[in-house]
Amino acid sequence: MSIEAAAPAADTIRRGFRIGVSWQRLLLLTPALIILGVFLIAGIFADLLSAYDPEEIVLIRRLMPPVLQEGGSWAHPLGTDNLGRDILSRVMHGARVSLLVVVTCIPASALIGTLIGLLAGWRVGWWDRLLMRLVDMQLALPALLFALLISVVFGRSLLNVIVIIIIFSWSGYARLVRADVLSLREQEFVVAARASGASDRRILFRHVLPNIVNTIVIMATLDVPAVILIEAALSFLNIGVAPGTPSWGAMISEGRNFMTIAWWPIWMPGIAILLVSLTGNLMGDWLRDTLDPRLRNVR
Amino acid sequence: MGAQSISAILVSRLLQGILVVFLVVSIVFLVSRLARNPVEYLTTDETTAEEKELLKEQLGLSGPIGIQYVNFLIDAVQLDLGNSFISARPALSEVGSRASKTLQLGAAALIFSMVLGIPLGIIAALRRATPTDWLARLLAVLGQATPNFWLGLMLIFFFSVQLDLMPTGGSGGIEHLVLPTITLGLLSSAISMRLTRSGMIDVMNTDFVRTARAKGLRESTIIWRHALRHALLPVATILGIQVGYLIAGTIIVEQVFAWPGIGRLMLHTITVGDFPVLIAAILVISTSIVAANILVDLSYPIIDPRIRAGAR
Repeated sequence: MSIEAAAPAADTIRRGFRIGVSWQRLLLLTPALIILGVFLIAGIFADLLSAYDPEEIVLIRRLMPPVLQEGGSWAHPLGTDNLGRDILSRVMHGARVSLLVVVTCIPASALIGTLIGLLAGWRVGWWDRLLMRLVDMQLALPALLFALLISVVFGRSLLNVIVIIIIFSWSGYARLVRADVLSLREQEFVVAARASGASDRRILFRHVLPNIVNTIVIMATLDVPAVILIEAALSFLNIGVAPGTPSWGAMISEGRNFMTIAWWPIWMPGIAILLVSLTGNLMGDWLRDTLDPRLRNVR
Repeated sequence: MGAQSISAILVSRLLQGILVVFLVVSIVFLVSRLARNPVEYLTTDETTAEEKELLKEQLGLSGPIGIQYVNFLIDAVQLDLGNSFISARPALSEVGSRASKTLQLGAAALIFSMVLGIPLGIIAALRRATPTDWLARLLAVLGQATPNFWLGLMLIFFFSVQLDLMPTGGSGGIEHLVLPTITLGLLSSAISMRLTRSGMIDVMNTDFVRTARAKGLRESTIIWRHALRHALLPVATILGIQVGYLIAGTIIVEQVFAWPGIGRLMLHTITVGDFPVLIAAILVISTSIVAANILVDLSYPIIDPRIRAGAR
């Protein structure tokens, strides 16, 4: 039997997907997929789809209610905010901000975290101890605070938000990957690969990594809502995106002062965050149950 | 083994904890010194250069940053973190009163999350795959997905503005604590509920529960005396992480409800550039997170006797 054949990765993945989707799951997953689709389309084609410039201020149209309420019109289906900006256009551009954060932060932190986790799990000792102290440090310094410091030093921008989120989310992947490597390194197929003289790099990337991919994919999926919430929270506290940028969190922060006279400026972005975050959580849970039931307790 | 290994673990955990706090405080010190020169915003255009120098001297901001850092560390070891740039009172005492407010809110939220999450998890597990279970899980997923700042605003909108039942913010009597506690604790309670539920489901399928059933024990005895202890292990395991969540959450929740705690203080010190108070606040926070984690680690053997014999 060749060493390659001993690596069970491809097999595990296939077996994972063969487990059928129950009708209950489907009942939840269909709306989730629809929401995900709407979110993606709104985010990618925000410029084409929105009727107004999301940052265009028209004071004469300020705080117009949504269409179904008295005084609303189809010109602004979700109403306008305190500066007369079209909320539908802003929510769509907000989706783009969230999407940007997701597609940059998650691959970057997954990559960094995986590499460091592989290294720490494989070379137990000095590397490993250094990593675990870094992880502890991040636990002890709330990300929000660090974000605050960064925003004071470097100013507010989407790029800074992205950098902050990456700095604070790679460690989760590293911890998970390290734990998996620690248990895999003693298994027969790894020992056999080592005995047959395979290089460290070959063992890690050809034999160990394929067995960890599931874990990483699940973690990344569950990270989608988390990352969106962090961006929204930072922008809500006015330490996230630059002023004026249509981020969902920033919209809620601006709408807050008019909460008593107009409900829609904080409801619309709030519902958007809630739906997307709900979808991410449901998809993540489903993936986890399908690919790896062991991980139920990770979060 | 035995007692000696536990004290050895304690010492090494304490040393590691001190290292972590030291690193965190150092980073914040260095970043805040890079941030802005406090002399610039504490003075006006009319201040003479000499006065500025004098002020720099007084605030401990003169000399190269390396020397400043060493001086800071020497003072910090003696628990002297300097005086507030704004009020000139010792930084640590500025933080003290605020920290107790945050502790109040955090403790209330932790209790709330346990009181809501654990029973709900048990009920959901025992009525697995019934509408009750389904509803409980839906609540948990919603609790995890709702952004806390939005939830806080919604609670203010309904309970304070519309119904006029609760104050919109500030601190004072118990009624001031209700809405912030719910806002802060909901995420944790969702996590506790899910962990309790899955732990309970696992444990109800184990051999020792089957044996207890075969012995003819009453179902309630099985659940309360045998199963629950095991089911709650994962809840205890992530308690340390929960404390971290709560502290991070408190920064937002305090801002939403104008709660005069340490989170609001930190946001304030950063905007006005009162760095000694900021560093004192960070010292207090990181120490408490590290301490919480050590306590959780040490409590494992009490909760789970299987660990008592083995080394960790």
